[in-house]
Amino acid sequence: MKDLIQIDHLSTYFNTESGKVKAVDDVSLRVREGEIVCIVGESGCGKSVTAMSIMGLVEEPGGKVVNGQIHFDGKDLLQLTKNELRTIRGNDISMIFQEPMSSLNPVLKIGEQIMEPLIIHQKLSKKEARERAIQLIEQVGISRAKQIVDSYPHELSGGMLQRIMIAIAISSNPKLLIADEPTTALDVTIQAQILDMLRQFKEQSNMSIMLITHDLGVVAEMADYVIVMYAGKIVEEGEVVKLFESPQHPYTQGLLKSKPVLNQRQDELYSIPGQVPNPLELTESCYFHDRCEHCMDICRTQQPKLKEVALQQKAACWLYEEALVHG
Amino acid sequence: MSAYLTKRISYMLIILLAASLLIFSLYALTPGDFISNNIKLTPERKAELREIYGLNKPMLERYGIWMKNALHGDFGYSLAQQKPVLTLFNEYIWNSFLLAAVSTFLTWLIAVIIGVVSAYKQYSWFDTLVMVLIFAAMSLPSFFIGLFLIKIFAVDLKWLPPGGMLTTGSNAVGWAYAKEVIKHMTLPVVVMTLLGVGSLTRYFRSNMIDVIKQDYIRTARAKGLKEGKVLFRHALRNALLPAITLVGFELPALFGGSLIIEKIFNWPGIGQLYMQSFGLRDYPLLMGFTMLLAVLTVIGTLISDVLYHIADPRVRLH
Repeated sequence: MKDLIQIDHLSTYFNTESGKVKAVDDVSLRVREGEIVCIVGESGCGKSVTAMSIMGLVEEPGGKVVNGQIHFDGKDLLQLTKNELRTIRGNDISMIFQEPMSSLNPVLKIGEQIMEPLIIHQKLSKKEARERAIQLIEQVGISRAKQIVDSYPHELSGGMLQRIMIAIAISSNPKLLIADEPTTALDVTIQAQILDMLRQFKEQSNMSIMLITHDLGVVAEMADYVIVMYAGKIVEEGEVVKLFESPQHPYTQGLLKSKPVLNQRQDELYSIPGQVPNPLELTESCYFHDRCEHCMDICRTQQPKLKEVALQQKAACWLYEEALVHG
Repeated sequence: MSAYLTKRISYMLIILLAASLLIFSLYALTPGDFISNNIKLTPERKAELREIYGLNKPMLERYGIWMKNALHGDFGYSLAQQKPVLTLFNEYIWNSFLLAAVSTFLTWLIAVIIGVVSAYKQYSWFDTLVMVLIFAAMSLPSFFIGLFLIKIFAVDLKWLPPGGMLTTGSNAVGWAYAKEVIKHMTLPVVVMTLLGVGSLTRYFRSNMIDVIKQDYIRTARAKGLKEGKVLFRHALRNALLPAITLVGFELPALFGGSLIIEKIFNWPGIGQLYMQSFGLRDYPLLMGFTMLLAVLTVIGTLISDVLYHIADPRVRLH
């Protein structure tokens, strides 16, 4: 399969009053055509900022992509002008967000909001766009599309709104759909429906999905390939079955251990000790060292690089570097 | 909607009735009246005049008469000007309205544009400059800016007339008349706009800053919309919503005249007439005008509620 998007050494920093935050720090990843890549990690690990960097929507001033390349369709997205990027946004790459309730404009009709990208990207007339909007609403499984098109966001439920967001996102047949925690705000039955729908659209149109989540259940169900992020860096990545079967990085191991298992009553759920480090106080080290049960001296002073530790599986951890050295 | 309007209008009538009672008693209970001021009159003549004007009747009866006439559209007779109150209003109010309408329009236009731009470029040099200028304009008293501008533009540069609505002795008609009025109203309009634009700009700026951070703005950008569309179609509409409340307050302000500005620029507006009537204790005129403001305030509130309903689909009227 061909690479659809390839990110090389992406770094996005935020200048805050108390100092520089490296929200995304030298991250490289790729998504192939028709593939679902999941980015997993705790809040604040840089998953969403990675997505926003691709979209060119990192909030300025303050946030800035300081380094890297994002190759998409033969172009480096970071070198494009704002206008060129705008023709890609919502067209070749589209995005859905975590909070469907607040992601739609409260004073505009659902129809108008679906029609907007159709009019700009597909150059449809208002009338055609409206017809297409009704089709799209039906396509995302909402009945009474003709009424919904003229209703306002507050008149629909969260699940319906997320379907509308999906309708907007798929309206221009994107090559890449970025879904930033699309089901976090929804209840479990709706979650499954939304994920099914995403997968179904993926199958139909061979689009790729970059799914950002902290829910390992979602990962197991959806992903082809998994990327685990911690404090702005990729700590482990690999093909989904392998990663779940034999996680290499202690952080991934911890994450998988802290996942509740269905039908098993545990007295206490495992949790990784300690807390995510303060991004302002990071020094050259493995950022996970003070929470890691295998912490060694080198972990405190040097940063491990992402290395292939098994077939189709990479991890950034000194445990494996040592193993290589002492073979 | 019509059920709501019926309910609202009946409330309005109750409020206005209470307001009329309050306004009437305020003026009726204040010691002294138009006649007691006049030292040239003998006590006998004063008593005679009070008899004629009905001022010797019990207060409640006088209120009843006033209300009855008011309901028939007759707000009495100005004692000082010897004309019906409504005729006087008609003569003066439109002059005030002209100033207020133009300056309100300019104030809102400038405030929206500058507010949006400085919110969009928050903490930029433009934003900082605007904030400094706004605080300067807000801190200076109107009589100071007024006199200062008269000194520069009317006295020193002689570009604009220092006051009045028409050049003394002018009998221009048609376009020439309009041109003359425009020349005369420029300075007062500038001063009124300067005074109002500061707080309103800050208001729009902070509304806009809140709105720009909302998720739906991010969605609009993610769709690939142009920045102008994002700002004016998606953000501004939401940022303007809370300002609808202010529209209701603008209505009495449009007709209420401005005491200080009209005095400084010698503008023949209702504000000056009102001020003058205070000195003369011309109570029928004062009562009539205060009542008019009460009516406009109540209507303004109703209008802003209805506008809110039209502009924001989430607002339901009950």
